[in-house]
Amino acid sequence: MIWLASLAILLPFLAAFGGMLGGPALGRLLGRLLGGRSARRDGPALIACAPVAVSLVLAAVVAFVVWQDPGERTGTLTVIDTGSVPIRVGLQVDGLSAVVALMVCCVALAVQVYSVAYMDGDRRYSSYAAFISLFTAAMLLVVFAGDLLVLYAGWEVMGICSYFLIGHHWEERANSRAAVKAFLVTRLGDVGFLIGIIVLGLGARTFEIHGVLTRVWTMPDATLTAAALLLLAGVAGKSAQFPLHTWLPDAMAGPTPISALIHAATMVAAGMYVVARLYGAFAAAPGALAVLGVIAVISMVGAALAALAQDDLKRVLAYSTISQLAVMGAALAVGAKSAAIFHLLTHGAFKALLFLAAGCVIATTGSALLAHHGGLRRGMPVTFWSMTVGFAALAGVPPFSGWFSKDSVIEAAQHAALHGGETTKAGWFAYAPLNSGPVAGEVTMTHSFGLYQDQPHWRTLPSGVAWLVYLGLLLTVALTAAYAMRAWLMAFFGEPRGTYEIREPSRIMSWTVAALAVPAAILGFFGLGAGELRPHIGPALLGIALLIVGGGAVFLLWNRDPASDPSGALGPARRVLARGFYVDELYAMAVVRPVRALARGVVRFDRRGVDAAVVGAGRGARRLGGLLRIPQNGNPQTYLTGLLAGVVVITALVVIFR
Amino acid sequence: MSGQEIVFTLLGVVAVGAGIMVVTTRRLVHAALWLVLSFGALAGGYLVLTAEFVAWVQVLIYVGAVVVLLLFGIMLTRAPIGDSADLDSGNRWAAAAVAVATAALLVTVMVMGFRDERMPLRAGGGSASELGASVFRTWVLPFEVLSVLLLASLVGAIVLSRTDIGPRLPGRRKGRG
Amino acid sequence: MHLAYPTVVAALLFSVGVYGVLARRNAILVLMSVELMLNAVNLNLVTFDMRFRDRLHGGQVLTLFTIVIAAAEVGLGLAIVLLVYRNRRMVDVDRLRELAESDDAPDEETGSEPGTEPGAEPVEEAAP
Repeated sequence: MIWLASLAILLPFLAAFGGMLGGPALGRLLGRLLGGRSARRDGPALIACAPVAVSLVLAAVVAFVVWQDPGERTGTLTVIDTGSVPIRVGLQVDGLSAVVALMVCCVALAVQVYSVAYMDGDRRYSSYAAFISLFTAAMLLVVFAGDLLVLYAGWEVMGICSYFLIGHHWEERANSRAAVKAFLVTRLGDVGFLIGIIVLGLGARTFEIHGVLTRVWTMPDATLTAAALLLLAGVAGKSAQFPLHTWLPDAMAGPTPISALIHAATMVAAGMYVVARLYGAFAAAPGALAVLGVIAVISMVGAALAALAQDDLKRVLAYSTISQLAVMGAALAVGAKSAAIFHLLTHGAFKALLFLAAGCVIATTGSALLAHHGGLRRGMPVTFWSMTVGFAALAGVPPFSGWFSKDSVIEAAQHAALHGGETTKAGWFAYAPLNSGPVAGEVTMTHSFGLYQDQPHWRTLPSGVAWLVYLGLLLTVALTAAYAMRAWLMAFFGEPRGTYEIREPSRIMSWTVAALAVPAAILGFFGLGAGELRPHIGPALLGIALLIVGGGAVFLLWNRDPASDPSGALGPARRVLARGFYVDELYAMAVVRPVRALARGVVRFDRRGVDAAVVGAGRGARRLGGLLRIPQNGNPQTYLTGLLAGVVVITALVVIFR
Repeated sequence: MSGQEIVFTLLGVVAVGAGIMVVTTRRLVHAALWLVLSFGALAGGYLVLTAEFVAWVQVLIYVGAVVVLLLFGIMLTRAPIGDSADLDSGNRWAAAAVAVATAALLVTVMVMGFRDERMPLRAGGGSASELGASVFRTWVLPFEVLSVLLLASLVGAIVLSRTDIGPRLPGRRKGRG
Repeated sequence: MHLAYPTVVAALLFSVGVYGVLARRNAILVLMSVELMLNAVNLNLVTFDMRFRDRLHGGQVLTLFTIVIAAAEVGLGLAIVLLVYRNRRMVDVDRLRELAESDDAPDEETGSEPGTEPGAEPVEEAAP
């Protein structure tokens, strides 16, 4: 069991290792052995795809076993004795990790296969594929980690991989800047995350996740809240939530499959996954949950508004990712952990689909700007229908997957709002999407849920925050429908607005997209198995109504003049939204400029102060050396004079002081 | 002060004075000639000290051979016959100071050490027969070694001064290493 | 005879030689000064041979040896001086400064070094 999980992590890692070290040479060798069409491509592609495929199979086996026999399994490789709190290098498999790992492997495989065609002819394909493999391995490590510090290792490796992959085309300055920005912003959060881990681990006297969760109640409130808030900083950084979200839209500079990978399966999902993983700690710190709720509301409404006005198809999707992750955060804030993970899975499916389909569109039209698209539905039916499924799932059109998950989130929020901040009973998610039986729920409940229920005051989310979350969710539903509709209409309907031949891109790409459309469409039905994830009639009807309002308004606007952009109706606000509420400019003014000025000051101080001292010391030594060098002038007579003078002096001293 | 002492003092004054002339004169050839005078006075001093064989050897080898060699050197280096202004280097005052200090030290030590010492002088102690017997009886091995040394230096001098033998040094063309 | 006379004369002669070695520029004059110093030593050797009435006449024999060595030294020294003259067209001791550290490292204080003099320019070999 643990061996399967660790093998699933190790295989992509080995692929990355081989791809990075062997790279082209290994690829050539493999290509020759296989007799592939072009030796340069098939080798690295095989190195990249095959291990992920095997990992997928392994993850599926793990998920199956967990389904058959739910419960927690942990394995320890070694215990690092640090002197204070030991670090257990080990893995933990339970329902949550198994199902997320399955999703990660699916998306990673799809991205790898898709990249073979998408990155055809790229010079650095080999390293690109290797980094994707490493990224996958790191995410799987985060998912399966049984120890907070192991989790942190995977978390950090993901950060550096995202840096390399976003900056894959580093020849353009904008791309490398985007990569640096992503790295720095997530790093800012990671500092908090690391400190949070340490606070939590020291508070619980163990870094083991299971141990931490069982000892949450023994920790003082202040420690717990501080740890949860610090962890939230890291989560906000990785999951691109409000104040640290600015890196995600810029990360669109990377190749499209990377965006799919980052947005759907790995990086941003990791943030929400960690909250779900350590939910016990968050649940015991209602203050942190309230902060999470507020952050989520700001992120989801703001990002949805910003998505409404973006010119770039990929940026629309990027803002939608922020918004949808905020929906997950909102679900976690109101205690609907199952709903959040459910939404994480469905979001992974439809967002990967949307990005890969967007990659097809970009590959065909040669531009990512919506203003250059249009009328694409005729030439590329596979892409069109797949993307339609994706947008429908994003907007929450029944019966696509997004509707189910979003509905369960709204239900939970409604419950919390109406019952005065009391969060739903949808407690411990063990294996809900695949498991209908109450067994898993019972097992984990006796383990942890029941334990928590003994505590009298463990759910006190302020009702104001609960209402805020509820209303924000409803607003987001309408806005999501609106921007999805706008992007869909502008890309696929109307007249073509560019000089390109409308046809499907290579078969590998469109097939991958079509394959991803299947889970995006039907994944929601798995939620029917779990009671708390079933759609409820009230929120469902409300959601559909809002959906029709949002989508319908955009359609009517567009219908008046199919050639124009519906977002023009926003008037002057459009500019503000397109710039993402000027958050970047604000940061530039508030953070970047003072830091730059400080850096200049430091440089100046370094030059004038520190450097001058060092250089001055060097010059002084040199001058002194010059002085001492005068006797050393090569004239033997001078030397001899000195020598004899010395002899005379010594002799005189001997004679005098005999 | 005995007669010997008077004679020796006079000779010593001549030797030291000629030596001072050697190191101060502005003419190279004159320096060599002053050197002859100094060596000659010293030979006289050896005679006073009853070392007659050494005195004659001094005259023969120093005055006869070494000075002639030096004169040849002066000639071969195309030194000017008349005054040359720059025979002293800039080191001169330091050199004078060191020399005066050396002289003061040595004279002080000698006078302090041998203030009352007297030595008997009897003729015959330095005759050729005595010395010859001593050299070829007691000192025959150093003597032979010395002859080999002399031969080696002769060969070396020849090798150095002839240009048509020996390897051509690659560094020779370079003026400033 | 009072022992102070010859020893004082030898000391003075030696000091004069020291001055000559240190102050004279011409290499041949330096050689002459070395001869003066050697003679001062010789004088001391003879004096103490007489003073101790040495049976083996060590002092006088050593004087003879010194004279021989001095002759060999002058021969070799002159050969070297001639070689220097052939290469440099001069025999000035204080201008033969290859012992000094050559100042070719990039240094902001280049030029203040006294080691480079125009006289030390390379000169072609004189005779075949």
